[in-house]
Amino acid sequence: MDNLLLMLAPLFSSKLLLVLFFGTLFGLILGVLPGLGPTTGGALILPFTMTLDPLSAIVLLTSIYCAGTYGGAITAVLINTPGTPAAAATCLDGYPLAQKGEAGRALGMATVSSTVGGIFSVVILVFFAPILAQLAYEFGQPEYFALAIFGLTMLASIGEGSPIKNLIAGAFGILISTVGKDFMTSIDRFTFGVNELTEGIGFIPVVVGLFAMSEMLTQSTLINQIFNRIALKAIKLPSKDDYKKTWKTILRSSGIGSFIGVLPAEGGTVASLIGYSEAKRFSKNPEEFGKGSIEGIAGAEAANNAATGGAMVPTLALGIPGSATTAVILTGLIIHGVRPGPDLFREQPDFLYGIFGAMLIANILFFIFGFFGAKIFARITLVPNKILWPMIFAVSVCGTYSLNQSIIDVWIMLFFGVVGFFMRRYGFSVVPVIIGLILGELVEGTLRQSLVIFDGNWLMFLTRPIALTFFILSLIALAFPLIRSRKLRKKND
Amino acid sequence: MKNVQKQKRANKSLPFFVRDEFKVSLIIILISVALLITTFTFDIVPPILNRGIQPATFPKALLVLIIVMTLLIYYLATKNPWKVEKKLPRSFFLTLSSFVIFVVVSKTLDFFLAISALSIFVSYCWGEKRLFYLLLVGIIFPIIVFIFFETILGLRFPPGIITNIYYS
Repeated sequence: MDNLLLMLAPLFSSKLLLVLFFGTLFGLILGVLPGLGPTTGGALILPFTMTLDPLSAIVLLTSIYCAGTYGGAITAVLINTPGTPAAAATCLDGYPLAQKGEAGRALGMATVSSTVGGIFSVVILVFFAPILAQLAYEFGQPEYFALAIFGLTMLASIGEGSPIKNLIAGAFGILISTVGKDFMTSIDRFTFGVNELTEGIGFIPVVVGLFAMSEMLTQSTLINQIFNRIALKAIKLPSKDDYKKTWKTILRSSGIGSFIGVLPAEGGTVASLIGYSEAKRFSKNPEEFGKGSIEGIAGAEAANNAATGGAMVPTLALGIPGSATTAVILTGLIIHGVRPGPDLFREQPDFLYGIFGAMLIANILFFIFGFFGAKIFARITLVPNKILWPMIFAVSVCGTYSLNQSIIDVWIMLFFGVVGFFMRRYGFSVVPVIIGLILGELVEGTLRQSLVIFDGNWLMFLTRPIALTFFILSLIALAFPLIRSRKLRKKND
Repeated sequence: MKNVQKQKRANKSLPFFVRDEFKVSLIIILISVALLITTFTFDIVPPILNRGIQPATFPKALLVLIIVMTLLIYYLATKNPWKVEKKLPRSFFLTLSSFVIFVVVSKTLDFFLAISALSIFVSYCWGEKRLFYLLLVGIIFPIIVFIFFETILGLRFPPGIITNIYYS
């Protein structure tokens, strides 16, 4: 009961309500704009959150996350381009349905299923995050090391890129975290005599560079691309018949999305693809998929929004990001001095339940905004890139500079923008770099402290049951994509 | 799918040293080796102060891992080549060069001027020829952002031609 009251706290704070309102609106706009989305948007807004208290800052980021994930569906349905990668599966049926003159029906179903998926996942978050946090009390340094390794090996199976390329990108992220003074011995590493690097490379320049600046360079290669936008009259609530057809799909995909979200490093993109394929597998009319199936839209959208709450579970309970956007949220937590983990649940329940409540309200808010404002949001896609991206550049540069008032940070951001562009061009996802950067200190710190405990004996890791379990799970996580790709190859042959 | 197969076949017909997988793998390995050599210059902690492993050991292990995995992706790419990427358009190189211009102008002349110059340059290169919109992205919007950061976030921008006039 107390926790429920704590969850409702944002409703009674005009400041938090304002933050939620702005975050949801901003998230929707970001979701609608192809190439932006909640991850890049979260990265862009991170420096601004420094002026807010920690709860408002994280509420802002989570509301952007929830609304941005839904916003991608509007673009997917109307211009056949996913506003966010998580909406890629929505294109498959959303656009064909819109072409048949039923854009309003497609967006109505996307809105309802996104809201249900989102709310379902918040319930999962409320129940499972404290349980997982409780379990984490059993963790010592070796267990945390094994858990971080598990989180990193899960990078092998994220949706984008090949497993090995993702692992290389993850290792690169960890390598970036080693730049600066060694935290145990204060010895300089990879500083090359540059004073500014002794403090290490900050999260924000890397995040903004890899997401926003690399996207700007990507957009520079697409300036001649023309989108065919389908006109939207009004969003329609799904009919009784649509509900009958899709309620099972929505619930199933909500469950799938929440589960996938809980897995470290996985996120909405993988969730929506699995949600979509499962919807097809269970459908009575699988032949309609790809031609404008309402079940396809429901399956993809419920799953990708359900992944938002799921991904927050490991982020808050263990400090291991569940997705790219939660990696940005985790960065927000760290720069605000909040250390995620079991102690957070014991010491700051009002903070945590405030976030849970805010996510719940954000899901309801984007439902309202989506229904009444989709027509306006659809117009945002008309803002030409030649106007939009120079503006984003100005905000990115000032935002990155503002954190330490250091011009070097801006140059680091531009450097990572170029690195990120070439990584993406050659099939290396940039998400593992961020996750590696965030987990880097945890991996190295816990490894070195474990070795001190074990007196340098590596085999002692295997004597700890929880650590051993995580190592076995890591092996499975590494083997799974290889088995899957071999199966696919055999199937293609 | 058919296009990807076609692009992959086209890649296979190229000599190995001009293929993307070779160039990318070579660059990663060269950088990793250079960094690996750098790790040998890190200070060594005396055994009495050392806890666990030396500060250089962890980065060394990571770099070796990156090199091994890069060799692995190259080996896999010899069997299943990457698709040929389209040539980068002129607009990309112009945008990239604008980053360089930004760094030079922000260091030598003025931070605000650098943002303004880049915004106008990029917008123009991407096809915007209307003066009002060029002024909007290059002057009006940066001024709004500048004032927002300066007054609301209390930020002090680095000294330069324009910022010095503003602050004086």
